[in-house]
Amino acid sequence: MSDASREKAAMTLTPYARSLGIEVEDSSADAPTLAIDFSRNIEGRPSHFHGGATAGLLEAAGYAILRVTLDAEERKPILKPVNITVQYLSAGKQKRTYAQGRITRLGRRNANITVEAWQDDRSRPIATAVMNILMAEPKA
Amino acid sequence: MTSELQAFDPEAASKMFFQGGHTGYLGLRYHAHGSNWVELELPWREDLLGEEDREVLASGPIISLLDMASGMCIWTTRQVFQPVATLDLRVDYQRPAKDRSAVIGHAECYKITRSAAFVRGFAHDGDPENPVATLAGVFMTIAMDPRKV
Repeated sequence: MSDASREKAAMTLTPYARSLGIEVEDSSADAPTLAIDFSRNIEGRPSHFHGGATAGLLEAAGYAILRVTLDAEERKPILKPVNITVQYLSAGKQKRTYAQGRITRLGRRNANITVEAWQDDRSRPIATAVMNILMAEPKA
Repeated sequence: MTSELQAFDPEAASKMFFQGGHTGYLGLRYHAHGSNWVELELPWREDLLGEEDREVLASGPIISLLDMASGMCIWTTRQVFQPVATLDLRVDYQRPAKDRSAVIGHAECYKITRSAAFVRGFAHDGDPENPVATLAGVFMTIAMDPRKV
């Protein structure tokens, strides 16, 4: 992957995502893969991810795929979160954790996005999320 | 640590819980509690913003706030600290929080069984009647493997 595409994907990270330690792992595919190393900042019960930190990673990956997709269409709307539903499938261990989103439907005003987070094995996600994000076009 | 003989006290436990880890990083604080509910405060901070050019807390820390308040309202209801795992958490965002405003997260355990706890809650930035987000969550108690105790 080129540094330019990684940099472009990194632009989609919010100040919160960067502060938490979320990075762009790979932006060569249509959907950027984000990653976060285990640290004290994301620890819940001892040696495990806090559910809120896992949700933060999922949410960041949802925003990343949406921003990258909208950029490709030269759309620059203001994004407003409507909701997120997170399913926790197994405990997040002390490992680097990845997340990638997929746009299920991209409309004019709303995007419906699913996201998966995994650790060692992509086919065994530790958490999944469904997000709805409202897109408000800036007034001309 | 809270022993089983002494009822779980969310205010006392907050001092320990929020020293480190994810909740310590967010700077969560105890706010209030009742027999089956807990309120925590997420202070406003520059590195927790959702957008580069607006001074509004990101949605991510609000999930963490409500998740933590949920766990603590379960222990308050059970009167005992017993680790729980989040199974399903849904947050609906009604509106952004006000600029530079702290957010209060309120979580109430409305039904509890031996292994599951059902929680609802909301987050607000000053007026509980005008929430910024609402929450619905299901939590499972973590079964202890007797071989590992």
